[in-house]
Amino acid sequence: MKRLNTASLTKALPQLLSLLIILFLNYLAFPGFFEIRLQDGRLFGSLIDVLNRGAPVIILAIGMTAVIASRGVDLSVGAVMAVSGALAATMTVSGYPLPIVILTALGAGLVCGLWNGLLVAYFDLQPIVATLILMVAGRGVAQLITEGSIVTFNEPGLIYFGTGSFAGIPMPILIAALLLVAAIAVVRRTALGLLIESIGVNRSASSYAGLNSKMLLLVIYGFCGFCAALAGIIIAADIRGADANNAGLWLELDAILAVVIGGTSLFGGRFSILMSALGAIIIQAMNTGILLSGFPPEYNLILKALVIIVILLAQSFTSLGGWAFLKAEFRSKGTNGQ
Amino acid sequence: MSDEPGLLTVEGICKSFIGFKALDGVDFTIRPGEVHALLGENGAGKSTLIKVLTGVHQPDAGTIKIDGQAVHVRDTQHAQHLGIGTVYQEVNLLPDMSVADNLYIGRQPMRFGFIDRKRMEKQARELLAQYDLHLDVSSDLSRYSVAVQQLVAIARAVDMSGRILVLDEPTASLDRHETEILFAILRRLRARGLGIVFITHFLDQVYEICDRVTVLRNGKLAGSALTTELPKLELVSLMLGRTLAVATHNTRRDRPPAQIKQFSFDKLGRSRSIAPFDLEIGEGEVIGMAGLLGSGRTETAKVLFGIDPADTGQIRINGNPVVIRTPQEAVANGFGLCPEDRKSDGIIGDLSVRENIALALQAQRGWLKRLSSREQVALADKFVKALDIRTTDIEKPIKFLSGGNQQKVILARWLATNPRFLILDEPTRGIDVGAHAEIITLINQLCDDGMALLVISSEIDEIVAYSTRVVVLRDRAHRGELSGDDITTSNIMRMIAAEPQGAPA
Repeated sequence: MKRLNTASLTKALPQLLSLLIILFLNYLAFPGFFEIRLQDGRLFGSLIDVLNRGAPVIILAIGMTAVIASRGVDLSVGAVMAVSGALAATMTVSGYPLPIVILTALGAGLVCGLWNGLLVAYFDLQPIVATLILMVAGRGVAQLITEGSIVTFNEPGLIYFGTGSFAGIPMPILIAALLLVAAIAVVRRTALGLLIESIGVNRSASSYAGLNSKMLLLVIYGFCGFCAALAGIIIAADIRGADANNAGLWLELDAILAVVIGGTSLFGGRFSILMSALGAIIIQAMNTGILLSGFPPEYNLILKALVIIVILLAQSFTSLGGWAFLKAEFRSKGTNGQ
Repeated sequence: MSDEPGLLTVEGICKSFIGFKALDGVDFTIRPGEVHALLGENGAGKSTLIKVLTGVHQPDAGTIKIDGQAVHVRDTQHAQHLGIGTVYQEVNLLPDMSVADNLYIGRQPMRFGFIDRKRMEKQARELLAQYDLHLDVSSDLSRYSVAVQQLVAIARAVDMSGRILVLDEPTASLDRHETEILFAILRRLRARGLGIVFITHFLDQVYEICDRVTVLRNGKLAGSALTTELPKLELVSLMLGRTLAVATHNTRRDRPPAQIKQFSFDKLGRSRSIAPFDLEIGEGEVIGMAGLLGSGRTETAKVLFGIDPADTGQIRINGNPVVIRTPQEAVANGFGLCPEDRKSDGIIGDLSVRENIALALQAQRGWLKRLSSREQVALADKFVKALDIRTTDIEKPIKFLSGGNQQKVILARWLATNPRFLILDEPTRGIDVGAHAEIITLINQLCDDGMALLVISSEIDEIVAYSTRVVVLRDRAHRGELSGDDITTSNIMRMIAAEPQGAPA
């Protein structure tokens, strides 16, 4: 067991190191970075802010991990966020009670995801094409729902999901953490992890082994849509409005990136939801750091790209056994020196 | 002939991988104008030797000589330059490019800085004409059968290298007719003075086409001899280092056939796949299914297992009608299927041996009832021991196992579900002699334990050895059934070839 833990720790080393380095750079740029204080019963501070801002992408990355592990990809999550946000906002403005609003918005995300799953599993469309459809159409649907305007609301119940806190912890962080724990528990406690990896590696062979790969894909994409809806509600609640054009824009790419940084291969198979969440946090730490450092935001994307290249290189170095190699080299050099 | 200088001589080659000696002082000589069989069980060192010859691996010790001159093969391109061409088992061509592109890729004739397509296609036609292949060279390679693709690969290798041709299991996915075409071409290349290295698992083909045999065992040279001077039994014992113990006499046939046929398939068929057929099978029976490739054998298996569900007919189990439209329904009714194409339909390459074994049982239990890690390990340990699956660790990804051991893992996957009716599609294809014998022994054991088995195989001797009844297919239809003493190689061959059976009594 101990050996297993060190092994998984070595695997996570590039990500953990990257995060530490980024956090340290943030600290250099902004000395108050690690300060956390309790104010009005809620935690404040830059670290909290990283997690709070990162929560939507963490949530997206959780769903995306399952999709990518099944050898797919979901480009529509950003658009689905816009749809669920638009629904939540317009229904709230129309006076529907909060539970109905939340359930409808989540349900809409689920339906969007199931639609993607239907195209991928039953119509055998390539995932990138299948989800591209909704990526484009979804934003259109969101615009139809908001009738082209930014719908703002002041319903405290809904706003609570974006800016409220429970036991001092901001709601977005709490929701993301709960989802993370629940998703990991489901994957560990049931056979879903094995089955998803199996269809990701070889769908045909999995079908021959008696797996209902179509149904499984439907569930995976459905879950991803559900996650997107959740993230959409949080973002709408945070800004107290739904902007069909900009809500969740490009976030599908951050979510995919988070999964890749977390070490799940785009070719499917082995996955780690926890590592994807870590990937999302790394991305947000970078974003926050660049903002804090006072760099013009134009540099944000370029810096991000550079950091990502470094992380990915370190990752492939690790998976090729580079650390062990270096260690051995170092040791042999050391003994030679004596 | 043996005094002739070798075209390519290898002396004392050693190659080690981490903690494991793949080649240990191997000598090997290819003479011009000979087909030289390179044999050995999986893991004997054949692939490593080939990879050393073709510059993929660098030897730790030993020399390689071409025409008596010591050479250092730097990489695969250098090997081609030295005249060594290779065609691998999985043809490494580009299916979505044209035949001509495949022949000349990387060395296309150019004109004004562009590929001179016209000239390239003309050259391609001329080149293929040497092999009596008249293809539309501008159409995609994938339009042609695996056999034709194989010939295109050979044509490319010979054209680029031209002195030594290494063929790694070229006949593994060819049917008899296609194999004969390939052999005709090999004879022609041999007459041109090429040295041909031929790796295969089919011993009959060794005697059909090869002049000389070299056998490797555990990385060492086990022996080398002219084919004419080496009886088959001696060859097999060279390969195994022991005598093969497969009962060729089928004792089961002496028993009365099963009276109750638990599984009955009535006029089952699928349009454009397999003509409606009747099939009945009882516990403790092995039905052998013979026929050429494409005769409808695999199609039958797919219909029975619900992969391509039947569009006509009825299935009864113990007299009760059941519906099988998906593999899940088949599994729920106690079916299992080891597919023909192990790599694409069988193994989950990146997952471990343990997970591969647990998969079908887990799928059957459903996702909520997870087999615990302990249960999975116990299951894997049990089958690794029972089937003698050779792996260093049950956590090793299955893709790193040899073909025979992968096949055993797939078998274990189904045996774990405790099936009542097991379909094996080419269970012994592409695996080494030792594993081959073990799988046949296993088939007999399972049958004795009361399982119903349907075994599809291209090896007719094998079918004769274990079947209680034999179904023969031709042109996507079941053409006849043999039982009892009628099950002989010659009867099956005649039925496949559509000749009247035995003497017209």
